[in-house]
Amino acid sequence: MSVRIEGLTAGYGRSAVLRGLDLVVAEGELLVVVGPSGCGKSTLLRVVAGLLPGTAGRVLVDGVPVRGTSRDRALVFQDDGLLPWRDALRNVELPLALRGVPRAERRVRARGWLDRVGLAGFERHLPRELSGGMRQRVQLARTLAQEPRLVLMDEPFGALDARTRSAMQELVMAVLRETGTTTIFVTHDVDEAVRLGDRVVVLGAGEVDVRREAILAAVMG
Amino acid sequence: MARRWVLRVVSLAAGLLLWQVLTASGVRLWLRFDQLPTAVEVAERFARQLTRAEFYGDLGSSLARIGLGFLLAAVVGTALGVVVARSRVLGDLVQPLLEVVRPIPAIALVPIAILLFPTDEQGIVFITFVAAFFPILVSTRHAVRALPTTWEDALRTMGGSRRQVLVRVVLPGALPGVFGGLSVGMGVAWICVISAEMISGRYGVGYRTWQAYTVVDYPGVVVGMVTIGLLGRVTAGVVELLGRRATRWLPGEARS
Ligand SMILES: Nc1ncnc2c1ncn2[C@@H]1O[C@H](COP(=O)(O)OP(=O)(O)OP(=O)(O)O)[C@@H](O)[C@H]1O
Ligand SMILES: [Mg+2]
Repeated sequence: MSVRIEGLTAGYGRSAVLRGLDLVVAEGELLVVVGPSGCGKSTLLRVVAGLLPGTAGRVLVDGVPVRGTSRDRALVFQDDGLLPWRDALRNVELPLALRGVPRAERRVRARGWLDRVGLAGFERHLPRELSGGMRQRVQLARTLAQEPRLVLMDEPFGALDARTRSAMQELVMAVLRETGTTTIFVTHDVDEAVRLGDRVVVLGAGEVDVRREAILAAVMG
Repeated sequence: MARRWVLRVVSLAAGLLLWQVLTASGVRLWLRFDQLPTAVEVAERFARQLTRAEFYGDLGSSLARIGLGFLLAAVVGTALGVVVARSRVLGDLVQPLLEVVRPIPAIALVPIAILLFPTDEQGIVFITFVAAFFPILVSTRHAVRALPTTWEDALRTMGGSRRQVLVRVVLPGALPGVFGGLSVGMGVAWICVISAEMISGRYGVGYRTWQAYTVVDYPGVVVGMVTIGLLGRVTAGVVELLGRRATRWLPGEARS
């Protein structure tokens, strides 16, 4: 999916968090968005996901204005969006259940994804019985099971240790590349931005070169 | 562990003993204990009641009334609570009506219920329903409004429809609050079913207790009271048990 944002203004109540933002993401591309805390990164993802309508400007996905949410546009939440009464397996199954995939089949597929994020054996654990990083991985498994065409990731690896983080980066990137999924990836981590991004945008400063120094210079203003 | 049980048994035994001593020796210290039946009299009476069909008939009537009234209240209260919390239009439409009726204690509706319903039986069930309905409605409404938005957002970005959000997020997420309302509702429902039976019933534990009082059968009154207490305890236990099963995922439920 391609994304085209033109003059987007969005916020909560009267105050605008984003003002006149322009942004383009090509089909199959991975765009990294960085910026200081509170600058509106999560807000941007919510608008593209269709959870929050903009007050001015346009958001086009494949040339069509976004109106409401869609299973084609998955959002990986910053503070995990798992349902606390469902165990890990049933959380991963959820997007499949919503579109009526038969139980036996979705079990198998959900198990496969949990395996791939390194959580085999934790299928029956409730979210509160998992660590923060494990919950993030369940959420990643759920997102991959959804098979969206556009993925919006809000600091998805924030709670992971260095080793698990690079394993997860590798896995998720491999799946996204393989399926040609377009991605908007929000992070605080400049090294992560350089490693993963096809392009990098610093919110408030515009597009910058995918180099450590260039990003740091733009973030520091 | 064993010591705690000993303490509990001692406390109960001491209470019974005090009752027996005060009533048997006819103590009259402003409070007139000489008027009350002794613990032994009541125990004998209770044992006799347990052998009589009438006693079980009364239990059955009261339980049927509370069961029906409470069940209706649980279904209607939960449904309406969700609707009022989720839909602004229906909320504005229904809420004012409910707020007008809510401050009236259900028991004050007895005259209306007698006039409105063809049989006393239906009137009593109605009173019970009204009593349990409001706590259930209010708790459900609060619980639905307090749901974290992330859960609903997650379902919507997975392509969930409004109906799927309702079934998969709103109802399960509100369940702990709903059960809070059910517990309170059950307590209030007992108060009202007993009072209504005392006023207008022909059978039932409340009716029998008041009947015993009017014929100066004081052991019978106390047996009635104890029976009501036990019934309340058992039904509250059932609601609590179901609630625990439905909300095992809550943080505090790890060990239970
Ligand atoms: N639900 C909300 N209601 C009102 N204001 C909000 C809400 N969510 C965010 N904001 C405000 O919008 C601004 C941007 O928030 P946002 O979550 O988009 O920042 P962010 O860039 O994702 O920050 P972080 O890196 O800390 O996650 C903040 O000033 C915040 O106070
Ligand atoms: Mg954020």
